[in-house]
Amino acid sequence: MTRTHRIGKRFLGGTLIAFAIASLVAGILPVSLASAETVNLTGAGATFPYPIYSKWFDMYHKETGVQINYQSIGSGGGIQQVKAGTVDFGASDAPLSNARLKEMPRNVIHFPTVAGAVVLAYNLPSVTEPIHLTPDAVAGIYMGKITMWNDKRIAAANPGIALPGAPILPVHRSDGSGTTYIFVSYLSDVSREWKELVGANTSVSWPAGIGGKGNEGVAGLVRQTPNSIGYVELAYAKQNNFAVAHIQNRSGKFVEPTLASTTAAAAGASAALAKDVRTPIVNSPAPDAYPIAGLTYLLVYQEQKDGAKAKALRDFIAWAISEGQEVAEGLDYARLPQPVVQVNEANLMKLTVKGKPIVASK
Amino acid sequence: MSLQSRGFPADDVYRGLLLAAATTVFLVVALIVFESARGAGLSIRTFGWGFLTGTDWDPVADRYGALPYIYGTLVTSAIALILAAPVGIGSAVYLAELAHRRVGAVISFLMELLAAIPSIVYGIWGFFVLAPWLRNAIEPWLIHHFGFLPLFRGAPFGIGILNAGIVLAIMIVPTIISISREVLLATPQSLREASLALGATRAEAIGVTLGAARPGILGSIILALGRALGETMAVYMLIGNRAQIVRSLFAPANTLASVIAAEFTEAVGSIYLSSLIEMALVLFVLTLVVNALAGLLVWSITRGMPARAIA
Repeated sequence: MTRTHRIGKRFLGGTLIAFAIASLVAGILPVSLASAETVNLTGAGATFPYPIYSKWFDMYHKETGVQINYQSIGSGGGIQQVKAGTVDFGASDAPLSNARLKEMPRNVIHFPTVAGAVVLAYNLPSVTEPIHLTPDAVAGIYMGKITMWNDKRIAAANPGIALPGAPILPVHRSDGSGTTYIFVSYLSDVSREWKELVGANTSVSWPAGIGGKGNEGVAGLVRQTPNSIGYVELAYAKQNNFAVAHIQNRSGKFVEPTLASTTAAAAGASAALAKDVRTPIVNSPAPDAYPIAGLTYLLVYQEQKDGAKAKALRDFIAWAISEGQEVAEGLDYARLPQPVVQVNEANLMKLTVKGKPIVASK
Repeated sequence: MSLQSRGFPADDVYRGLLLAAATTVFLVVALIVFESARGAGLSIRTFGWGFLTGTDWDPVADRYGALPYIYGTLVTSAIALILAAPVGIGSAVYLAELAHRRVGAVISFLMELLAAIPSIVYGIWGFFVLAPWLRNAIEPWLIHHFGFLPLFRGAPFGIGILNAGIVLAIMIVPTIISISREVLLATPQSLREASLALGATRAEAIGVTLGAARPGILGSIILALGRALGETMAVYMLIGNRAQIVRSLFAPANTLASVIAAEFTEAVGSIYLSSLIEMALVLFVLTLVVNALAGLLVWSITRGMPARAIA
């Protein structure tokens, strides 16, 4: 759908009426009178990055007049709409697998925008210090193999903490989500058994535990059920002051989940990301990295059809991965490390219109 | 109402309009079936009948089976009916036969209020109020006293089949009460008078009225069952969302409607989406089958009864 309103060559009255109609019909009111036309972009997809995306779209609109409409209908819906060609870009928390990429009519490029972490929140009334969990312990709990809090595989990493001899209730997300994708990608990476029996997707067939609806459902269950443990987004745990486990990373260090340790995870994986930007950043080799981290992506067709839109989209992504990053931490998203920004910049050069690269406007 | 027209064009127009209205319902149902069957095509071709008997739901390996969901849907609805039917019919009898008019008005008002509460609110109530209560008091009590039954074994989470069933029961009780009460009020006064005149006690007279109102009461239960089978949001929040077939009522399970709500937005891949749409088709057919069976039941009970007693 092209919504290009030419308003330059009209009488004053006509302009006003055109404005009124345009704003009524399309719900827009261009700020910059100087620009002869406004470009409208539409996107759809992931809900996890929606708070920062809407902030970006608003800021970017004020700066450039480019209007971006985004529907946070979920990653699955976003991918469907990209496939159908009804949106200019999609957004997904899980990158497209090779099989899914092949289902697309044209080549799709992934642009990571921000990083997020998944934390393990728990409810142990008698424990005041943050507990330490090894990858084996996390996988064991969610496999249903470790069923008691005082199991030696948990206790060994927590000397001096009196863990209760109570059964563990693992809580997981019941809705398909990017959070689940990051968490099970991590489990698949650290546990061969998990990889073979369960695997990774936005929803999986859980071997143990009960499911809650959304971050709030998991958090609610953990909050009201003693001896439970559940995974939620870092931002959600921070805003609700949950006790969260420190997780042992690949270099053996127990790391607290923070925005900085999440960014470190993305930085540690940058060499792999440069080869394939879809590589999971879980279990990063960086010494300060929090291991359960992931990226959220914009999905853009490499070959664009509309020149004006393609340029606007290209400029927006360039802005989002540079200036846009400044507002990320205020909204509890981890910013992209510089090497990943460079990967994005290289990929931006690959976008084409009718086979020709798009000329940057900056 | 006699619509047999005698040449008035207005009557023909009226008839045409009504026909159009009636056809709309038919078209909508046909369209729903057609669209879901089309969307489910890929899944139907891939899994065939195995979809109905499969117990796996694995989006990673793209293997889908609906049996645990069908089971969960039927079990939660059954619990809801077992809890709601006696309470619903009991209140209806009280309201129709015994209650003082003002008391009746208050109870009716509250009941309508209950029917107007959105299901998400029931879900939140079940989650924050009922679940802790079940976990800390009711389920441990059931385990202690009835733990010898497989139904009441397992860890008390508060969230699971029992919670979903109880909340569903509360949600469908207003349907049972309001329809049953209307049916009871519609039974001829002469029935009561005749019973009492023959020396029946009040309870016996009510028994006679209930007998006459039986088809309508069954009808109310069927309507309530329809709501229970399809209820999505409250169940989704309360059932624990684990696709498994278990005996314990404390265990988490899942239903057809709730898995669609849970996974549709993030379902990536054609076969996954198609399987979710087939779940909708299965739910549609399940509702149809249950309603048909219930209709058969009503028919078998009401054979030979005067038509006006059938609400």
